[in-house]
Amino acid sequence: MRKVAIYGKGGIGKSTTTQNLVAGLVELGRKIMVVGCDPKADSTRLLLGGLAQKSVLDTLREEGEDVELDDIRKRGYGNTWCVESGGPEPGVGCAGRGIITSINMLESLGAYEESEGLDYAFYDVLGDVVCGGFAMPIRDGKAEEIYIVVSGEMMAMYAANNISKGIVKFAASGSVRLGGLICNSRAVDNEAEMIEKFAAKLGTKMIYFVPRNNDVQRAEINRKTVLEWNPEVPQADVYRGLAKAIDGNKDLVIPTPMEIEVLEELLMEYGLMEAV
Amino acid sequence: MATATKKKMVQWDATDIKAELLSKYPPKVARKRAKQIMINEALQNDTPALTANVRTIPGIMTMRGCTYAGCKGVIMGPTRDIVNLVHGPIGCSFYAWLTRRNQTDAGPDGENYMNYCFSTDMQEQDIIFGGEKKLAQAIQEAYDLFHPKSIAVFATCPVGLIGDDIHTVTKNMKEKFGDCNVFAFSCEGYKGVSQSAGHHIANNQVFRHLVGQNDEVKPGKYKINLLGEYNIGGDGFEIDRILKKCGITCISTFSGNSTYDQFVSSHTADLNAVMCHRSINYVADMMETKYGIPWVKVNFIGAKATAKSLRKIAGYFGEQELIDKVEQVIAEEMPAVEAALLNILPRTEEKTVMMFVGGSRAHHYKELFDELGMKTISAGYEFGHQDDYEGRQVLPNIKLDADSRNIEELEVEADEGRYRPRKSDQELQALDQAGYKFKQYDGLAMDMDKGTLIIDDLNQYEAEKLVEIMKPDLFCAGVKEKYSIQKLGVPMKQLHSYDSGGPYAGFVGAVNFYEEIDRLVNSKVWSHMKAPWQKNPQLSGSFNWE
Repeated sequence: MRKVAIYGKGGIGKSTTTQNLVAGLVELGRKIMVVGCDPKADSTRLLLGGLAQKSVLDTLREEGEDVELDDIRKRGYGNTWCVESGGPEPGVGCAGRGIITSINMLESLGAYEESEGLDYAFYDVLGDVVCGGFAMPIRDGKAEEIYIVVSGEMMAMYAANNISKGIVKFAASGSVRLGGLICNSRAVDNEAEMIEKFAAKLGTKMIYFVPRNNDVQRAEINRKTVLEWNPEVPQADVYRGLAKAIDGNKDLVIPTPMEIEVLEELLMEYGLMEAV
Repeated sequence: MATATKKKMVQWDATDIKAELLSKYPPKVARKRAKQIMINEALQNDTPALTANVRTIPGIMTMRGCTYAGCKGVIMGPTRDIVNLVHGPIGCSFYAWLTRRNQTDAGPDGENYMNYCFSTDMQEQDIIFGGEKKLAQAIQEAYDLFHPKSIAVFATCPVGLIGDDIHTVTKNMKEKFGDCNVFAFSCEGYKGVSQSAGHHIANNQVFRHLVGQNDEVKPGKYKINLLGEYNIGGDGFEIDRILKKCGITCISTFSGNSTYDQFVSSHTADLNAVMCHRSINYVADMMETKYGIPWVKVNFIGAKATAKSLRKIAGYFGEQELIDKVEQVIAEEMPAVEAALLNILPRTEEKTVMMFVGGSRAHHYKELFDELGMKTISAGYEFGHQDDYEGRQVLPNIKLDADSRNIEELEVEADEGRYRPRKSDQELQALDQAGYKFKQYDGLAMDMDKGTLIIDDLNQYEAEKLVEIMKPDLFCAGVKEKYSIQKLGVPMKQLHSYDSGGPYAGFVGAVNFYEEIDRLVNSKVWSHMKAPWQKNPQLSGSFNWE
């Protein structure tokens, strides 16, 4: 089983990209579990058709110790298992601790066992690596492959660089590696070239370029992934391509994050260049 | 006698001992610790500055406690009719429950919650989802069960980390109840460098939420508050007995055997008598600024110190009736003390003692050892500040570091309606001319002999090394040190909780202490540290090649 975590700046499209990618992998016949690590518990909405999923932490709170695996996971599109970690409402408690608790709970209930026959476990993690709890998926080999969703915007690249620093920290003591950058385009000038160069500096590659397309939005309004909503549109092929690229990816590296000055130079070089 | 064979510290002088203590440390640690070990000059102005109230270096086995311990355990723990509710995991509450031996008598109302252990018992899900609702529930439960006058909430470390807003919760509950003063302390254990931060936080909230709530004037003459007396082993009972005998009215004690009503009326007293300078001087200063109550330092540990403190209180009020009564009480009480000393002194004289305790206690107990003719060869505090060592005159020179700045400093102004100077300018002038000093504390260093070692924040390693080098006849500290010191063959007396003894304050307490120390330093048990066969083997032989 490949254990994959998707990180990236808040609002960059991690959940959307993850679920569309998962739909692509389903077409390739893969068995997948998606674990949403966001207190908002909205990481599996497209796979579940908008059905509200009872989160691990809510279940734990209401049922006490007596929790079964089937209480906390639900079948979604293409027989994927969908899990939402959940967490406190904004401004109270400790969401980081919640993620630690729910991943441990999944493990102890056997969600990752050989007998489950999974090919992939995906972690969709909130925003930046803000504290120990949110780093949980990259600690202790919970996730071994990280993909960072990024765009050509300054802050997205800045966040990607920071996440890479987190990976370096845990790579030294564990098996976690960076698999590559997924560019979720914001239609910035010279975006693909810039992210390719950025990836090279991080010691990795841009694994796929996802162009901006309104069909993604349309599918989301229908609470579906693009592949389920309309498998014929060009954007569906984009996600099929992303799924193939990740399914075949063997380049797993310890990234080499850069100083902020180097990152800014990169932006100057590409951001101020004439659009090709 | 075994002690006769003990090697004394003849060959060591203080400089050598200091160097030996530091020799084990890496250079940077040694440099830092060197500033906390002072060879006393016993001169007010030439005493070199001692660094105190700074962070303990990680890796050092410190004697210190945490901020929560200072707030909940020390200051609020001895109050009997306030429900002390700990917001946190159960261990923080359980291990702070009845451990300080602060005694109480339940009083005519019978309201005594000291023997209960109140906790919100935070679980993992409360950490994740926040504990505010559970806290409100716990406050409600305590209120429904006991209908106390007041409920105090104490924050433990996780509460600060997850950001539960305990002050809003308590404010809402107070409004909801109407007849119960609910308030909270942000005394998370990790704040500050020692329990001293907890004392300050407790002082602030007691001043903000309790002092001044009831203006009703209590009957009685010569009204004082006794600040910084925690009734360990019944000390407060003995002091109360003496004050009563002298005709002095104690409006409130902060906080030994205290009640809610005492705190809220404390601003009606005419003098604050401060025992433990470190833990309570904040509230004394604030009461002076807001209500005009002056404060003086007293000490009821030691018979002579007790007499001196009584005279100091009488001198403040200045009425012949009180002065005469105090003299009469001293004259009545002293013969029993002197008789006890006459018997015990020959056995304790010239014995040596070390004390590392509190933020004022080491100084107070030096009085008792002086009376026993014993020499304090080294002393220090766990959580004292520089002014506790060198006197309040160094206060303007103490540089506030980031750790101290982290603790709230209340801005206090004179209360428009209730500020009332207790003495006229003329009276103050007359008192000053007669040598009467307010707000004065000269610190421990002044009373220590020249060449003795004053050590701040002593640790396990240094304690054992000191005992090994200086071989004192008695070592005084807390429970953490007790058994490691005894294993070195030196008797050990706990001066936080008094082991199972007390009271040691006042006149009766002094006699108790003399007897206890006589028993400890003259016990034969320490000569049996080595098994007989280790000293005198029954068989002896030699190798045949010798």
